Amino acid sequence: MLKQIEGSLAVAEAVALCRPEVICAYPISPQTHIVEGLGKMVKAGKLAPCEFINVESEFAAMSVAIGASAAGARAYTATASQGLLFMAEAVYNAAGLGLPIVMTIANRAIGAPINIWNDHSDALSQRDSGWIQLFAETNQEALDLHIQAFRLAEELSMPVMVCMDGFILTHAYERVDMPTQQQVDAYLPPFDPRQVLDPKEPVSIGAMVGPEAFMEVRYLEHARQLQALERIPQLAVQFKEIFGRASGGLTQTYCADDAETMIVAMGSVLGTIKDTIDEMRAEGHKIGVLGITSYRPFPLAQVREALIHAKRFVVLEKSLAVGMGGILATDVRMALSGAGLHGYTVVAGLGGRAITKKSLHQLFRHAVKDELEPITFLDLDWNVVNKQLERERQNRHSGPIAENILHDLGVVSAKFG
Amino acid sequence: MSYQPVKFYQTGTFTVGNRLLAPVERSVQQSERRSNSINSGHRACQGCGEALGARYAIDAAMAASNGQLIAANATGCLEVFSTPYPESSWQVPWIHSLFGNTPAVATGIAAAMKVKGRKEVRVVAQGGDGGTADIGFGCLSGMFERNDDVLYICYDNQGYMNTGVQRSSATPPAARTATTMPVGPEPGNVFGQGKNLPEIAMAHGIPYVATATVADLRDLEYKVKRAMNVHGARYLHIFVPCPLGWGSQSNDTIRLARLAKETGLFPVFEARHGEVTGVLKIRRKQAVEEYLKPQRRFAHLFGNDPHTEVIARIQAIADRNIRKYNLLDEEG
Amino acid sequence: MRKPFAITLIPGSSLANLTGTWRTSRPVYLDRLPPCNNACPAGENIQGWLFHAESGDYEAAWRELVKDNPLPAVMGRVCYHPCESSCNRKQIDAPVGINSVERFLGDEAIKRGWQFDAPAAATGKRVLVVGAGPSGLSAAYHLARMGHTVEIHEAGPFAGGMMRFGIPKYRLPREVLDAEVQRIVNLGVTIRLNSKVDNILDTMKQGHFDATFLAVGAHIGKRTNIHAGAAAKIVDAVSVLRSMEGEEKPMLGRRVVVYGGGNTAIDVARTAKRLGASEAIIVYRRTREKMPAHDLEVEEALQEGIMIKWLSTIKRVDDEGKLTVEKMELDDKGMPQPTGEFETLESDSLVLALGQDVDLSLLEGVPGLEVNDGTVQVSPNMMTGYPGIFAGGDMVPSERTVTVAVGHGKKAARHIDAWLRGAVYQPAAKHELADFKNLNTWYYSDAPKTVRPMLDVIRRQSSFDEVQGGLDETNALFEARRCLSCGNCFECDNCYGVCPDNAVIKLGAGKRYEFNYDYCKGCGICVTECPSGSIKMVPEDI
Ligand SMILES: Cc1cc2nc3c(=O)[nH]c(=O)nc-3n(C[C@H](O)[C@H](O)[C@H](O)COP(=O)(O)OP(=O)(O)OC[C@H]3O[C@@H](n4cnc5c(N)ncnc54)[C@H](O)[C@@H]3O)c2cc1C
Ligand SMILES: Cc1ncc(C[n+]2csc(CCOP(=O)(O)OP(=O)(O)O)c2C)c(N)n1
Ligand code: SF4
Ligand SMILES: [Mg+2]
Repeated sequence: MLKQIEGSLAVAEAVALCRPEVICAYPISPQTHIVEGLGKMVKAGKLAPCEFINVESEFAAMSVAIGASAAGARAYTATASQGLLFMAEAVYNAAGLGLPIVMTIANRAIGAPINIWNDHSDALSQRDSGWIQLFAETNQEALDLHIQAFRLAEELSMPVMVCMDGFILTHAYERVDMPTQQQVDAYLPPFDPRQVLDPKEPVSIGAMVGPEAFMEVRYLEHARQLQALERIPQLAVQFKEIFGRASGGLTQTYCADDAETMIVAMGSVLGTIKDTIDEMRAEGHKIGVLGITSYRPFPLAQVREALIHAKRFVVLEKSLAVGMGGILATDVRMALSGAGLHGYTVVAGLGGRAITKKSLHQLFRHAVKDELEPITFLDLDWNVVNKQLERERQNRHSGPIAENILHDLGVVSAKFG
Repeated sequence: MSYQPVKFYQTGTFTVGNRLLAPVERSVQQSERRSNSINSGHRACQGCGEALGARYAIDAAMAASNGQLIAANATGCLEVFSTPYPESSWQVPWIHSLFGNTPAVATGIAAAMKVKGRKEVRVVAQGGDGGTADIGFGCLSGMFERNDDVLYICYDNQGYMNTGVQRSSATPPAARTATTMPVGPEPGNVFGQGKNLPEIAMAHGIPYVATATVADLRDLEYKVKRAMNVHGARYLHIFVPCPLGWGSQSNDTIRLARLAKETGLFPVFEARHGEVTGVLKIRRKQAVEEYLKPQRRFAHLFGNDPHTEVIARIQAIADRNIRKYNLLDEEG
Repeated sequence: MRKPFAITLIPGSSLANLTGTWRTSRPVYLDRLPPCNNACPAGENIQGWLFHAESGDYEAAWRELVKDNPLPAVMGRVCYHPCESSCNRKQIDAPVGINSVERFLGDEAIKRGWQFDAPAAATGKRVLVVGAGPSGLSAAYHLARMGHTVEIHEAGPFAGGMMRFGIPKYRLPREVLDAEVQRIVNLGVTIRLNSKVDNILDTMKQGHFDATFLAVGAHIGKRTNIHAGAAAKIVDAVSVLRSMEGEEKPMLGRRVVVYGGGNTAIDVARTAKRLGASEAIIVYRRTREKMPAHDLEVEEALQEGIMIKWLSTIKRVDDEGKLTVEKMELDDKGMPQPTGEFETLESDSLVLALGQDVDLSLLEGVPGLEVNDGTVQVSPNMMTGYPGIFAGGDMVPSERTVTVAVGHGKKAARHIDAWLRGAVYQPAAKHELADFKNLNTWYYSDAPKTVRPMLDVIRRQSSFDEVQGGLDETNALFEARRCLSCGNCFECDNCYGVCPDNAVIKLGAGKRYEFNYDYCKGCGICVTECPSGSIKMVPEDI
């Protein structure tokens, strides 16, 4: 059924169709509307049986989900940014215990400075946690990925994060095709846990494992993610059979067949990139796009396959490995190791900085001519940055950075000198 | 009404068993069919009070729930000595997630059971004093506040034992730990404000809060049973001496627990909905020295130049407890 | 379940980890000798029979008791209970009222008509017992249980010895004594009354006896050096008490003076009071502390109005019965010394209670016999210098109590039995003593001793009704349950409960426990928390 609906509520409805049994909620923008939506459904008795638990922190949210999942309940939660970091210990734990929890990340920057707007640093901070991480480009995909996520998580007994850009998707009203309960039920069987806490057959879950077996435990976790590389495309195919639309998979390409320049990105920015590329194609540039849906497991082979015929690639990512550069870019380069392509990293959109078509045009034009620096900080205000760096060179204690910058921007009045 | 010891000579309910008692009056621990929730072969130190307390409590909970029990366990000695790969001592369904999240994990389990309509299955969460009073405090308070259907059991050995005996907020004043050494002008742990977890639990108004020690099995079992008969958030704080951390003889574990109660340093009571409803009276009152002396963590208070003023301050704590909880019988 | 590798473990699998290897010392169960048992002259397994009494199984308790002593109803009245004096419970509140429970069991047995277990198969051996006092009765009983044919020859008209002719009725009603004697007869022991043995060797030969146990007691009242007028009425206590059993009650008059400080003196004074004396005065040469009579009996006598003149000796009695008494004082060794101060005392009769000598006439001509201080000497196996003749009770050097006499009888019986088989009886080695410091008294209920009811003083002064009452079933049970079971496991399950390693195996009711050394880490909590001190740590050889 087609609906014009806010992204968060679309996801909430989709999650509800997946019949979650325990939902843990702790508010943080821009995730709030999702759990609010679910809470209302549970409260109204529309989503039943389901326990909606208002926990006291994200750490508790994930922990409640751990307990519920280990006891055989389908568990769901959502968070973002600081919340994800606050629950980090439990995030790793859920994966280590192999519990198929599904969690929405409404991607948001990490403070300090505190910032509620979108980028991917939160999700990427947990890239090694053992969770499968899927990135949605649109609200429709966000919705669809949740349905697939439960199936994938439970089949492989590992937790899945569905990442959707905060505000850009979560708060956007878009038209989505909301599946029916019958469709979802046909796709997603009831949770049949690999291990479960049950007095009928006691087990001890969560042993202390020493050097004699820890490596093996970790390898097995890795191996299961490699299995996911096979399962994710299959599940996308099955999804299409039931729901009638393509959604999910490991990667997606756009105008890639003859492309000499490939732009690689994740999430909603792919939309803007595709628009830009359409325009550049119209001008005759052989440029295409590789969208990465599955960031973890990272589809090395598919990425290589998609890029190997091009001459160059540009990884545009909303994340920064401070002191190093790109995060996604590093993985893409790894996929292409030995291939001899020109590769460029573009860090863009941090803390919600808008990524405009205008800037992209400019960027891509440089790229096709191999005029890009190895790393570009898109739309960085060099004036501000350089002034501050200069001050710092002169005086080791040059006052609060943020204030100085605002001053340079003329936002703060002269009284601050 | 608090636990009423059976005055049935010759030992009444003081001993674990008593062949003279009617079968219904007998303890869980005396039974050959007790569940031995923690099996032999665990790696707790010799004379570990926590291992003992946990078996007492979980066996009692198993008995009270007809074996329909799931346990969540915080990181700490109890977890480490019971489940090092490849062997587990637990005979009940059991999960260890993290150090500070056990109450929440238990909430999750309870939610799962509720949603699945498995009313008969009961949930306990357990952890050390560190896991309870410190790092897990937030989750604990949340679980209390929501009145989740979980019995939380804290095994209080008054320190972070698993990591090598560091101070926790449950470490008593003057005690030596690895982070409160007996050096300087104020040797040992500081005289702080204390963190009375049972009272904090009571302040949440939850249906049941109680304290117990490994020295009084029947009282402990009574409290577990009471707690299991109630739904909602319940808290049981069990005093468990730790020979390693306290520098006591391994055979003195129960004796020290008894002394903690008999001196008044550890008040044994129960409370319903935030109100104390019963206390276990002191039977043979002792001065705090009797309790302190056998423990090396207090050794610096004694010796040639005893810190009488420090001992007096500790005695004052005991006396305050005695007054506050009315621990002495009128005639006694 | 498809369990994940290493993270999820099989429940209870730690059994594979044998923590017993950590141990440097191991707990072992042991039985220690309870101080009551140790102190009992009759060798009763007091703690053992109390154990049964605790659960209300009085018959089992009684049967355990009579393994050692066939006279519990008597014992429960006349024994001076050294068991209670050494009872560990006195260090908590008051000793267990062992004696009162024993009496309760004895009375219960009489009431219910319990009989002894049938004797062992007949051995064909014949044993002669001379004297039906407690020692003779005890020996006869034990020998009969062992299957021997026993014949008691008793000089007097009734069985019981001093229990009948000495101890007054108000302390030992005769129905009680008769009942317990009858039960021994029922076992198959023959008692020939009015059969004084004049020559032991002749009697043995005539009766074809293979062995003899002599228990003739000490019945000849001792005399002392008192200037007495010819008409003065001076009698000895034993004769007075013996005549209490006859038709004619002794005529002692209104003012009776008793000379001596033992139990006999007390008994005779109390008897005189009951016979109507308005004054009964005991004259004793030392102080109350030094008096051999039991304090309790002194106390009872004083309650009944008996007067005692301490530190006094009688020098002279004139024809009118006027006594001259010299005051004494104790020297630094506690011996009374004359002071030269005199006073006089009026009396209708003077009763001498100065102890008894043994009548050894029946032993004349027995070769090898050794007599010392008027008593027959016996070796540790109770045999006299003449092979096959054993002796015990008051006639051999001893404390002269019923209980000692019973103990002698039992001991002699065992040696006689062995001797008859040409063997030597080897008593089992004694266990180490269960000291108070071995106990963990925390575990025992607070339970002050039950006080036995006493007859009121008016009735005591005028009748021979029994002075001390017995316990009823509830307070006897209570009293039995005050027992700490020193040194002997009473299956309180403490060890089973307190072991942090579940290394104690409970074997089931009556079977006690076993350590599982595969897992016992040797922490020693079981030892510390065992109420009765029935476990100890022993070092491992490493
Ligand atoms: C007044 C009094 C009160 C006492 N009170 C107590 C008391 O409360 N508690 C206590 O423990 N002890 C008491 N005693 C001591 C106790 O009675 C004796 O120690 C005990 O009876 C000794 O037992 P026996 O078997 O050795 O001798 P006896 O009891 O003296 O028995 C010896 C028996 O042998 C018989 N006999 C003697 N010669 C011959 C022979 N030639 N042929 C055949 N038969 C013979 C006698 O007639 C007598 O029946 C008391 C003693 C007296 C005198
Ligand atoms: C988040 C976190 N911080 C610290 C630790 C290290 N740690 C493990 S157990 C423990 C001490 C446990 O103390 P307590 O809860 O009192 O239990 P005990 O070992 O004394 O029984 C600590 C500090 C940890 N595992 N996780
Ligand atoms: S350190 Fe203490 S709490 Fe930990 S196992 Fe040893 S005795 Fe038990
Ligand atoms: Mg601790």
